[in-house]
Amino acid sequence: MTTTEKFGKVDIDRLHIELGEGKHRFEALQDVSIAIAPGEFVCVLGPSGCGKSTLLGALAGHLRASAGSVRVDGAAVDGPHPDRGLVFQHHTLFPWKRVLDNVAFGLKMKGVARGERHQRARDLLKLVGLEDFEHSYPAHLSGGMQQRVEIARVLINHPRVMLMDEPFGALDAQTRLKMQELLLEVWGRIETTILFITHDIDEALFLADRILVMSPRPGRIIEEIKLDFARPRGPELVTSREFTELKRHCLALLHPETRVVPLERLSPLGAPDLTHIQFAI
Amino acid sequence: MALSSSYSPTADGVPQDNAVSPTLSVRPSLDAVLQKWLHNWLHHGLRLASVAVCLLLWQWASTVHLNLGLITFQNVPSPKEVLQAAWALAQSPRLLSHLSASLYRVFAGFVVAALAGIVLGMLIGRLRWLADVLLPPLELLRPIPAVAWIPLAILMFPSSEISMIYITFIGALFPILLNTIHGVEGVDARLIASARSLGSGRRAILTEVILPAAAPSIVTGLSIGMGTAWFCLVTAEMIAGQFGIGYYTWASYTIQNYADIIVGMLFIGVMGMGSSALIKKLGGLLMPWYLLQR
Repeated sequence: MTTTEKFGKVDIDRLHIELGEGKHRFEALQDVSIAIAPGEFVCVLGPSGCGKSTLLGALAGHLRASAGSVRVDGAAVDGPHPDRGLVFQHHTLFPWKRVLDNVAFGLKMKGVARGERHQRARDLLKLVGLEDFEHSYPAHLSGGMQQRVEIARVLINHPRVMLMDEPFGALDAQTRLKMQELLLEVWGRIETTILFITHDIDEALFLADRILVMSPRPGRIIEEIKLDFARPRGPELVTSREFTELKRHCLALLHPETRVVPLERLSPLGAPDLTHIQFAI
Repeated sequence: MALSSSYSPTADGVPQDNAVSPTLSVRPSLDAVLQKWLHNWLHHGLRLASVAVCLLLWQWASTVHLNLGLITFQNVPSPKEVLQAAWALAQSPRLLSHLSASLYRVFAGFVVAALAGIVLGMLIGRLRWLADVLLPPLELLRPIPAVAWIPLAILMFPSSEISMIYITFIGALFPILLNTIHGVEGVDARLIASARSLGSGRRAILTEVILPAAAPSIVTGLSIGMGTAWFCLVTAEMIAGQFGIGYYTWASYTIQNYADIIVGMLFIGVMGMGSSALIKKLGGLLMPWYLLQR
């Protein structure tokens, strides 16, 4: 891109979010303020159920702020938009669409003609190394490959911000490492801001420009860690002295002396739905 | 965005993560193929044998006029008589008229039920207020058996043909409607959220996500609904007519032609089973992705 103005600036100002109904209502996020520069890679690190996915949901536009504001490039977030691509942990590809049509979905929604959207989807599949699998159904792919398709599907919209909710959390350690390298590689080629949610300290340290550590519920930002490791980063980074020192520091932050009871996992779509009614046949 | 195509994560010789496709990686040996073949034949053989034993029992019970007190085979025609009656019907030019009249009624009722059931089911599944408005009266109508509808059907519709189609419609409607609602409500909220984040509006959510995600459940409903439409055929054709398998069965009873009753019953059973299987098969062809998931 040659434009002088860069996109993907995120401003979250004193954000509060309450979830649930009636007496089950609770505060998921408390007074969160974050400023992210265009093109920055930020990891949000926190224990299970701390509200980090809630933060992502608010930015994606699936959750409403109870107080405070969320802005991307100056515009208030009021609903989902392809400018803010969302990647879940797993199984959110459309199982009835072949890989190529999954990736091309965003362009179909924009009304791009079939031939052109397929061509652009092929380019992205090549970028994530899956050019030979365009005719497969998602069920034919391994977990890691499905997440690559997921990333390509979001990238086709040229998002200003990519919101990733523990996208590699369901993968085995080896695959996860490869996916992290792939993500950095892709992020190095395209200009997009990434907000990446994880509870894996190694992952956050390996990927991010900056880590925001969150407290247990109600979620607050308790510490900000700037990472100056040189890029491109390779696997040797994780054994370096600075890396292990920062890791020890993060461990201390995440596991303080006082143990709290682990809370139920939250999703970017809100509290676990207890009121869902199934009709008997 | 400038994309360079040189990048490939497998270029460094590290194997691609995990399995690709079970159908690609597993090549069964000849032994395994043979074993599977034998296994399948064993199953088919067992099923055929079961039908044969039932027929033999029936033949024996009807020839000795078995009387167990509570149940008696004294007036039950034997399989041989039934076969002869079926052969006679098959030779007769009336068979085609009977079949086409019934097929028309069943399919007309089924098609209308499918349209109404799928559209209503999608709306009820998505809109909570519509569920509150429509479900109570529908739940009230659901347990009413088709036979109870006969007088009203005759009173409500201008022709007996439409009354009969209405009976098969009512039979097919509820399985289709309820399975559609069930399917729509079971759609993963994250799929809908992903689609919205990718730029889908309300209409695209319905056609691109809800409908295909609910499709397996809808096909199950259609297949059951097809069965129940045939199930209601005799009831429907009790209303009037000169032709129709249901009419044939009912008329045979009124003129005490016992073997023909069973021929009619068997025809309905075979047609119902066949058209249900057809729906399932078509569903499978339209949803090749569905079998992969399980």
